[in-house]
Amino acid sequence: MPIHRSGDILPSEITPPGIYRERRRFMQGVGALAAGAALGVAPDARAGVRLAGVRRSAYVLNEEKTPYKAVTSYNNFYEFGTGKSDPAANAGGLKTRPWTVAVEGEVGRPGVYDIDTLLKLAPLEERVYRMRCVEGWSMVIPWVGFPLSELIRRVAPTGNAKYVEFVTLYDPSQMPGQLSRVLDWPYVEGLRLDEAMHPLTILAVGLYGEVLPNQNGAPIRLVVPWKYGFKSAKSIVRIRFVEKPPLTTWMRAAPQEYGFYSNVNPHVDHPRWSQAKERRIGDFFKRDTLMFNGYGPQVAQLYRGMDLQRFF
Amino acid sequence: MGRVLRNPKLWLFAACLLPLARLVALGASGGLGANPIEFITRSTGTWTLVGLLVTLAVTPLRRLTGRAGLIRYRRMLGLFAFFYACLHFTTYIWLDQFFDLAGIGKDIVKRPFITVGFAAFVLLIPLAVTSNHRMMRRLGRRWQQLHRLIYPIALLGVIHYLWLVKKDVTQPLIFGAVLTLLLIMRLPWRLGALQTLWPFGAVKPAKAGRRRADDARKGRGVNAAGSFSRGQ
Repeated sequence: MPIHRSGDILPSEITPPGIYRERRRFMQGVGALAAGAALGVAPDARAGVRLAGVRRSAYVLNEEKTPYKAVTSYNNFYEFGTGKSDPAANAGGLKTRPWTVAVEGEVGRPGVYDIDTLLKLAPLEERVYRMRCVEGWSMVIPWVGFPLSELIRRVAPTGNAKYVEFVTLYDPSQMPGQLSRVLDWPYVEGLRLDEAMHPLTILAVGLYGEVLPNQNGAPIRLVVPWKYGFKSAKSIVRIRFVEKPPLTTWMRAAPQEYGFYSNVNPHVDHPRWSQAKERRIGDFFKRDTLMFNGYGPQVAQLYRGMDLQRFF
Repeated sequence: MGRVLRNPKLWLFAACLLPLARLVALGASGGLGANPIEFITRSTGTWTLVGLLVTLAVTPLRRLTGRAGLIRYRRMLGLFAFFYACLHFTTYIWLDQFFDLAGIGKDIVKRPFITVGFAAFVLLIPLAVTSNHRMMRRLGRRWQQLHRLIYPIALLGVIHYLWLVKKDVTQPLIFGAVLTLLLIMRLPWRLGALQTLWPFGAVKPAKAGRRRADDARKGRGVNAAGSFSRGQ
């Protein structure tokens, strides 16, 4: 046994052959689904509908999952209001079909992808991740999605693509929170290309094995588990590959408080509050916040040699 | 019994307990949401601020309505503001920090919003302690000077709220606006020149008024420091 505190991927968790075989079965299932779609049988896209063929992945935490009710009723999604219960109350009017995601910028194959095409881009898998909010609370969430790298490989970024920008839908008629000028809409987030390509970074389309509820960023959202929650843009309509770091919404709103990287880091406090501890939703006691939200073994090498106090 | 029920103070006392009753009811029915400790902290903090502003509203209200007798309710309102401040502070040190004294100390020194909130709470203590008749008599003129601390306390309370929110400052600004209004309404009586512009004139002493009637006749107003005194 290794003596160091191991990360989340133990050798025993590497995908066993049985799962590989199951993946093949899954692909056949997808084939059937595609045939159904071709015949005009639209897959049901409503929240709560079970997603077919979701396989378990190697990225499953051995920590108690936050109950579905808490994950779907305690949200920060300012497009639907700044209160924690606002998104659940106000996101009902968001239409997630039809939905397209435009892939633009420094890519060999730009294009506009239909959400149902994206759903079939790669096998859907369950990823149970920690989610640490910059406000000092955290959850453990079983997402369903696929690695963002699957999409990136297909669109062939050019040599100039150094960063990836994610843009959330802007439509105040569907997102009433956008009637308020609390943030500069539309919501923009960004990652370095190597962060975007990292196997932990996923595009999520589901939660607890079901279609993603609107208040959690339906129909498709980013999940970057080693960064504060706000980095994981929701309800994405545009993914742009660029040369310069995108100016994200929170950097624009408060540059001294929110940096481009925003990696979970217990040693770098928010200017107004400590980041050393967090309250796991459902827990009574606070717990220590882990460097990179506990994903250090997987992602620390992305930041080797960087002063993380400066690049916060 | 009927006599007791006709006492408005009893009803006010019951009304002031409603925010606490709501928290208890929500807690018992699992209605505090996914983050109950945050909910309790926010709620007790909000009601502390409401209590402070309502206490500060007594003096302007007396002048606007001419009902000087309202002063009888001010001490209870002030003490309820202190009561909710105590609940708020207890929630922080017990439920939030779990008596981690080192952590609390660091918070107070390093986090400006906690510094000002803590300062406001500490300043409230002498006002609560000196809110009874005996202390009023003992302190004499200095009692009123001491109780003018309510102004910086309310200001610190609003700043505490303003500095803690991530981005949406709507609610703290509403509290700030109400506080500003309540402070502005005191100005005409401070500045003699403006006094004549005010249509309502100086307050008449209440029927039961004894102690402050002198002040009122001199047009200085009855205890401009809107704090915990019963006044008469």
